[in-house]
Amino acid sequence: MLNTLIDGLLRGNVYALGAVGISLVFGVMNVVNFAQFSFFGLGAMLAWFFVAQEGLPFWLALPLVLAICAALGLVINISVVRPLAKFLPLAAMLSTYAVSQILDNVSQIAFGAQFRVFPKVMPTSNLHIGNMRFGTSDVVMLAITAVVMVVMSLFLKFGKIGRAIRATAQDQEAALQMGIPVGQVQHVSFVIASTLGGLAGVFIALYVGVANPTSGLDIGLTAFVAATLGGLGSLVGGVIGGFVLGILEAFGIYFFGDTSREIIIFVILIVVLILRPGGLLGKVPLISTEPLTGTFLGKGRPLRIPRWVWPAAFVVGGIVIPLVANDYVLTTGTQVLIYAVIAAGFTVTAGQSGVLALGQAGPIAIGAYTSALVTMNLHFSFWAALPVAGLSAAIIASVLASPIWGVKGHYISIATLGLGIAIVAIIQLVEPQGIYNIPVPQWFGAVLSTPVAYYLIDFGVLVVTLLVMWRIRRSHLGKVISSVGSDEVAALASGVRGRNYKALAFAISAFFAGVGGSLLAHQYTYIDPTIFTMLMSLLVVTIVIMGGVSLPYGAVVGSIILIGAMELLRFTPELRIIVYGLVLILVVRFRPGGILVRNS
Amino acid sequence: MSDVLLQVENLERHFDGLKAVDGISFTVAPGEVVSIIGPNGSGKTTTLNLVTGTIRAHGGSITLDGVRIDRADSARIAVHGIARTFQNGRVFATLSVADNIEVGLHSTLRAHRPFSRLSNLFLLRWIPLIGELFIAIVGTPASRRERKQIDAAVETEIHRFETRLGPRRDDPAYSLSYANRRRTEIARALALKPRLLVLDEPTAGMNQSETVEVLEQLLELKAEGQAILLVEHKLDLVMTVSDRIIVMDGGRIIAEGRPEDVRRDPAVIEAYLGRRRGLGGGDHA
Repeated sequence: MLNTLIDGLLRGNVYALGAVGISLVFGVMNVVNFAQFSFFGLGAMLAWFFVAQEGLPFWLALPLVLAICAALGLVINISVVRPLAKFLPLAAMLSTYAVSQILDNVSQIAFGAQFRVFPKVMPTSNLHIGNMRFGTSDVVMLAITAVVMVVMSLFLKFGKIGRAIRATAQDQEAALQMGIPVGQVQHVSFVIASTLGGLAGVFIALYVGVANPTSGLDIGLTAFVAATLGGLGSLVGGVIGGFVLGILEAFGIYFFGDTSREIIIFVILIVVLILRPGGLLGKVPLISTEPLTGTFLGKGRPLRIPRWVWPAAFVVGGIVIPLVANDYVLTTGTQVLIYAVIAAGFTVTAGQSGVLALGQAGPIAIGAYTSALVTMNLHFSFWAALPVAGLSAAIIASVLASPIWGVKGHYISIATLGLGIAIVAIIQLVEPQGIYNIPVPQWFGAVLSTPVAYYLIDFGVLVVTLLVMWRIRRSHLGKVISSVGSDEVAALASGVRGRNYKALAFAISAFFAGVGGSLLAHQYTYIDPTIFTMLMSLLVVTIVIMGGVSLPYGAVVGSIILIGAMELLRFTPELRIIVYGLVLILVVRFRPGGILVRNS
Repeated sequence: MSDVLLQVENLERHFDGLKAVDGISFTVAPGEVVSIIGPNGSGKTTTLNLVTGTIRAHGGSITLDGVRIDRADSARIAVHGIARTFQNGRVFATLSVADNIEVGLHSTLRAHRPFSRLSNLFLLRWIPLIGELFIAIVGTPASRRERKQIDAAVETEIHRFETRLGPRRDDPAYSLSYANRRRTEIARALALKPRLLVLDEPTAGMNQSETVEVLEQLLELKAEGQAILLVEHKLDLVMTVSDRIIVMDGGRIIAEGRPEDVRRDPAVIEAYLGRRRGLGGGDHA
């Protein structure tokens, strides 16, 4: 029991460092910084590289790692985050998400994807109080954190830049008018946050004993939950939240096992968001500020599409391509079509209801597993399993998401990200092995397993999806959902129950995600939890952002470019993620409404 | 119909100990135009936010046509018949002018919102939501008939501001001028066919000729018998349009009465403009 407590303190130590960095950046820039998440993984890998590969002494490697993280943080802030934070915070958040994916994959290319054993630099089990065992390593880590926190709080309280940071956090405009160089303050905050992230990463390597380039996101998300728990923007809150969460997590794992970790974190996040959305020390403003003139950015008019384009696209996509294309192109085409279905369904959530959900892999996975299980165990035909998959994805995802619709701002994106991870974690818990031999579709006894057959099935589903989305967009319901995304307070004052419509939009998107998942499952004929990754969620978001976030047909264009072109250009998976990330950043920066939307 | 439309009694709201609204009582009769004036920070907007359910009261009661609404959320209050505009203008930026107004019609619709009475109930709220989804995708004969009524109602509201909003009806609201956004907002509020229209500084940021235009429209609404609760700083407009004026200071009502009486009330003059100053056009000392 006491050992679990120590364990919790050590985990909490890492989360506290991360949470302070996240809160700091959120405070001065109003941006949730996913890039920070990557520094955990990067810090660990760099430490491994210097100590295990280069043979440097740990105390030389540590400052080296921190310096690299600090420099990288500065570069990211100057090149990506700051230019976008001026436009709209959501765009900046998305970009930091893209940056984090890029960093993780660069690190994966540089250091390899496998887990690396981190050498023991300090004894880990040489001390004890009573029967509580711990090591010099643990004491050193806690001591470093304590020193860092004391120095940080003194710096913020008395330092010139520290005071400027606090002023900027309270009111950026006012700080700017008082002559505070807000840009530099933001740079400093970003550098501090990155350094803390790197330090946390080194601690992870020390504590866990292994390091992996992509472990950062997981720990980053936990640190973010810690920051939320403590109160986003509050540094003391970050420390408290970190330790509280670390201890809760340690006891959760003690009782429920390690596989339940992600689920525990998600449950804590949801409970905090419902009971105390501002966190333990934070505050939520009573009424969201009224939008002033000139703040309507990132909007534009969709390009006018001539009427003949629709029948032409139908003929090319449904007749010409199946007739002339070879199997390779058709197989690529099925991927394009399936993602177009998922993304077109997603536009009602991301574009109209204004909820940028980051965990669509969750409902896709539900659809895939449902479809596989009902065809194999209940002997449903593929045609019956397809809508059942959509419905079960819509229902299960809606039940799990039901607590989050009252949540505001960035939190809702994070909550959906957590939701996606939690769904896949639950599936992993229930069905850890993959499912093999998923039956292929049949039509009156004829087996439809050729690329042409798959292509035509997917094309038909896409046409239906687009028709449904088009009907919804044109309807009164569609306008009501858009009004909620546009201004929820004004929608309420018009008698529109915003929460209900966000939930409905999410359910519609989850339905089409589930349908897409079912199509994937019956074409791969094999699924396992590793297919439904964060990358899949990122891809869906990137597709809709690229095509125009509220345009269902934009999703088709986005899908053709991001999946079709990448496949035909034969990019490797790692490189592809980097390209997705870059595309996302560039689109958000230069064409915030999407490539089919004229800038306003 | 009773002769009291809105009845507010002992309404209270504090923010961290600051009493923003400190036990005020007033009424609005059907067809009456009542204005609330007072210095900045006197609790006017808070009062409006309480009446429209945007924030919750800490004490007292609000009754609309005999129904207690102080515990209801703002969506339900809108359904009861109070529509509002906001201080800085909150339009749905991505929707066109016509669609903004159509959203305002939402609570008056029947065929497009089946089982709407369940929309506030746990789990059962999915019945109306799925019903609305079905109507959006497939539709019913009744919903197609109602579609025509929606289009007609939207035209009526646009017609109210024909010269200004007519040419912009299909433009997205973010592309409108500030004054046109305010007009869109008023049209959206009126689309609800409210029993009480609550306007929070409808002419803020407008120039003189635009203000006169709003004044004329308010007088027109008044002639149609629309009850209005108005917060406004431009006293000329307030004096012209109001049947009754409530003067607030420090969260309390310090005077109440017909425009010409309030104008001469020494307590009002002192609180609002300082000593020895008349109110807009009154006799100067």
